[in-house]
Amino acid sequence: MAIDVKELKTIEHDVLVVGAGGAGLRAAIECSAQGLNTGVVTKSLLGKAHTVMAEGGMAAALGNVDRRDNWKIHFRDTMRGGKFLNNWRMAELHAKQAPDRVNELERWGAVFDRTPDGLINQRNFGGHRYPRLAHVGDRTGLELIRTLQDHGIHQGFSVYAEFCALDLLLDDGRVAGLVGYFRETGEFVVFKTKAVIFATGGGGKCWRVTSNSWEYTGDGFGLALRAGAELQDMEFTQFHPTGMVWPLSVRGILVTEGVRGEGGILLNNKGERFMFNYIPERFKSETADTEEEANRWLAGDKNARRPPELLTRDVVARAILAEVKAGRGSPKGGAFLDIASRRSAEDIKRKLPSMYHQFKVLAELDITQEPMQVGPTLHYFMGGIRVDADSQMSSLPGLFACGECSAGLHGANRLGGNSLSDLIVFGRLAGLGAAEYIKGLEKTPAPSDEQIEAIVKEATAPLHRETGPNPFQVHDELQEIMGEHVGIVREGPSLEEGIQKLEGLREKVAAVKAHPSAQFNAGWNEALDLRNLLLTGLAVAKAAKMREESRGAHTRLDFEGEREEWGKANVVVRLGEDGGVEVRRVERPDPPEELSKIAYATLEELEGGNG
Amino acid sequence: MSTEANRLPTATLPGGHLDCTGCTHRTDDWKTGPTATFLGLLLFIVYSTAAAFQGEHYMYENYLSPMYSPVVFTQLERTVTTPEGETLKVAIPGAAPVEHAWFGLKPDAWPEWLPFSPAFLILAFPGAFRFTCYYYRKAYYRSFWANPIGCAVGPFRRGLYRGETHLLLFQNLHRYALYFAIVFIGILYYDAYMGFFRHGEFGVGLGSIVLLLNATFLACYTFGCHSFRHLVGGRLNWFSKSPLAHALWKRASFLNERHMFFAWLSLFWVGFTDFFVRATSMGWIPDISTWG
Amino acid sequence: MAERTFEIWRGDRSGGEFKEYTEEVDEGMVVLDMLHRIQARQANDLSIRWNCKAGKCGSCSMEINGMPRLACMTRMNQLPAEGKIKVQPMKTFPLIKDLVTDVSWNYRQNERIRPFKPPAPDSDGKYRFQQADADRVQEFRKCIECFLCQNTCHVLRDHRKQEHFVGPRFMIRVASLEMHPLDTDDRIPDLKNEFGSGWCNITRCCTEVCPESINITDNGIIPMKERVVDRYYDPVARILRAITGGGKKLPTA
Repeated sequence: MAIDVKELKTIEHDVLVVGAGGAGLRAAIECSAQGLNTGVVTKSLLGKAHTVMAEGGMAAALGNVDRRDNWKIHFRDTMRGGKFLNNWRMAELHAKQAPDRVNELERWGAVFDRTPDGLINQRNFGGHRYPRLAHVGDRTGLELIRTLQDHGIHQGFSVYAEFCALDLLLDDGRVAGLVGYFRETGEFVVFKTKAVIFATGGGGKCWRVTSNSWEYTGDGFGLALRAGAELQDMEFTQFHPTGMVWPLSVRGILVTEGVRGEGGILLNNKGERFMFNYIPERFKSETADTEEEANRWLAGDKNARRPPELLTRDVVARAILAEVKAGRGSPKGGAFLDIASRRSAEDIKRKLPSMYHQFKVLAELDITQEPMQVGPTLHYFMGGIRVDADSQMSSLPGLFACGECSAGLHGANRLGGNSLSDLIVFGRLAGLGAAEYIKGLEKTPAPSDEQIEAIVKEATAPLHRETGPNPFQVHDELQEIMGEHVGIVREGPSLEEGIQKLEGLREKVAAVKAHPSAQFNAGWNEALDLRNLLLTGLAVAKAAKMREESRGAHTRLDFEGEREEWGKANVVVRLGEDGGVEVRRVERPDPPEELSKIAYATLEELEGGNG
Repeated sequence: MSTEANRLPTATLPGGHLDCTGCTHRTDDWKTGPTATFLGLLLFIVYSTAAAFQGEHYMYENYLSPMYSPVVFTQLERTVTTPEGETLKVAIPGAAPVEHAWFGLKPDAWPEWLPFSPAFLILAFPGAFRFTCYYYRKAYYRSFWANPIGCAVGPFRRGLYRGETHLLLFQNLHRYALYFAIVFIGILYYDAYMGFFRHGEFGVGLGSIVLLLNATFLACYTFGCHSFRHLVGGRLNWFSKSPLAHALWKRASFLNERHMFFAWLSLFWVGFTDFFVRATSMGWIPDISTWG
Repeated sequence: MAERTFEIWRGDRSGGEFKEYTEEVDEGMVVLDMLHRIQARQANDLSIRWNCKAGKCGSCSMEINGMPRLACMTRMNQLPAEGKIKVQPMKTFPLIKDLVTDVSWNYRQNERIRPFKPPAPDSDGKYRFQQADADRVQEFRKCIECFLCQNTCHVLRDHRKQEHFVGPRFMIRVASLEMHPLDTDDRIPDLKNEFGSGWCNITRCCTEVCPESINITDNGIIPMKERVVDRYYDPVARILRAITGGGKKLPTA
């Protein structure tokens, strides 16, 4: 079938932002502020991105609740949470700039919960030394995205909703645009741009039990790899310890860490508060070892240590898994999360309204009366597109990435609350980076017609096939493989088997058949997403196999504990000549002395300075 | 216009929706609500009209029917013509004594042809308050005018709808009806107070309780009014800078959340109170009280 | 659990019909799960708009047995135990295909609303206001923009007064700005003249269908109507304002 490229709709922008979640919108706002002609494409409608699912809050050392907090302690917490595999510079930028970004949101209309003296309130969260999460009940993500949306629509950028990106266009090794299609009509569009910013989120849909929505198909990873950019840290996939486990159809949907932040405790089927048995050596000095102390902390005693339920997510997720495996799990295969016996019904409804509503409607359970049942759910990709810390540019000139789809800030594990602040800090930096890059461009890159034609041809192929596998079933198989071989705890031989199975899926993915209509055709959309899902799955599995240690969110049964030599290296992923996923070990540069000092300092050395 | 002509054309739209008056794919019971509202309001209108026209038996000892309060002018006797053609002055039973009327007897200037009842002089005020009330507007727009008759149910006469922009602009003056309603709360509490004194002697009767509840239910309805809630605090943006206004607003909000409940309870109780006084005066029910 | 039969609207603006699909229902399933099951097993090309599947994004708005609802928050066991289950797209917006409608009109309404306009912050760069000041605004900001209220509002749905009235969602959007303690702009004239506050006859269907249980009518629209009354319809307030020289925010250019 011949495709006339001249017939395709072509739109020109200086910069195109892919994704309209928190990072994408913040990037677009910055691009507009820098005077760039900006477009934003989003797979769903504006304001529906996965950011709305973020509940607990955004971490920023505002020091509104505890004056001892400051950026250095936030930085230190982030590094420790990331097991020192974070990009030092990114962790520094994030901790320093997050407070300004949060205040900026308030200037744009966000209405955060208040402290008694009228400032933005901040709550406790796992891994954060002080109450640090600016929040709005348990719907902070919605507040973030609505604020950026309502501010953004007056900034002059164009939004193309329900648009799926297919592939990047290049010119002489630089980004020259992107081809994609509108879900509504199936119409293909060529964007000719000088730079592209990816804010595409993660790839949670590789797993069946995930808190992620359908959009999370690893598009940014797939597109970046195919265009020649590199990924890193893909082995670090965060399993959130508390996802719903029942009913089955909502298995994986997130139960905010805020439940534990507000005093919720984890119990096994013997009624034991088991987290006391899982406190890692590294956190012993900062974690309460008796219920009495944990309760004092909750009551606001600043000298008490934190309850073990607020340990980092990897620790809690593995603990729940271990309890279930030891036969002490809840009836539906999780742990009990009890807030009912800890707070009054009124408090729970006021502080955790969406959780109350979610369980009431979906599980017919009143969380003010009964404990929830929760279990680990794939939640977040720490890894992603490898970018420069300051400009957020990837290894492919003209391609920028921010938010979940970029790597570096979170290292081996992300602290709760650091994601929303990541979006706004690095969304803005990506916008600035793109503006700087475009300023330095000598000529506008121009993509060749052949590239465009090839992309469209590949995309329409599933519509023309007489026979082929059902894309939904192939997706199911992929999820089966990932769940079995690339779960919370991993092992070399099983990973290898998983990789072989995934490689075996390639042919099926290339042969899927969709109903021959391009208009809002879910089957066809699924068929196209599969390419990115498969690349994402392979990248995670291969990186996981390479990293022979257990660190942060990556746990290898055959290589327990952290290995010093792996603390000095990242796993970097790219596509080889043959289109295969290749992983390699890349040594990390030594940390800047100044930052290293802060990361290893004691708390007393860092506290204060915030008003 | 015939009813048929008033109906929207029957059609199925893309999406499979029906587009005609009263049409819906709803399978739940959406008709009971508007039907009950329709009957309830109709019953009250019929009863209160009849009670207002009766012009007698609205006061029994120290109990005054709220539908006649305050008594501006009273009338103690009326002229009747016997079958024999004689005209007689007959005392009106259960009428308010002269000293209870604000301005004494019905003025002579009142035209003969115009029926008189003390209720006619005052019912407009509570009537206007209820008619322009944000809750009752919903109730009768739905159940009397069928716009909409139910949620996602085809309404009546598409072309006619102009919301509250033209003919119904007067609804915006609800707050003036509120001001009068608040005065009436005072008057009705005074009546309730008087309900505890018969010939200067303190006591309690069934009627005292009925009257007290009546004033209280009406107060709960009136102080839950949306306009009241707006005026005492809702119009402000900085609650923290006006603690008193905030406190009032919060209390008004509490009642406002129950506005529908008190709207119906007070409506029913006004009718019941009137009935109670009337029935006692007519001797249908005994006057149970400490006065014996 | 038993099998259930769905009648799903299949088609686009040019026409279509209800088609029947029967699938097994498992315990705890919601309508959206069933639609996905039908999509995966029987109708790959069935168009559904959805996203978070947890009642937080407001994408899967549709009409189930004639009632506007979120498919992800409608449990199968909430529906009548017998009979077919009818699933349709929203009525008020132009149909795209199957269960998906074009809701772009709503986004255009939002663009007409003047944005938030705060004063300069305190000297430390922060703003101060109390939780009591935030509470009302936060209720409206719970809105997930599912547009079920817009779909159900008879002014838009049946009387098609889109050119006169912005609909309940944007009435509370204006309310969230007007009640914001920091906002310095004035949208009351727009509310009356452009957004058509008078077209609403407060019959509360918006509130009845709101999946976030926002009290749209009592807490949003009526307070806004009362502010319009303050400005335009209350003669005493107008006289007082003339005497005292205002005390209200003045429109800015």
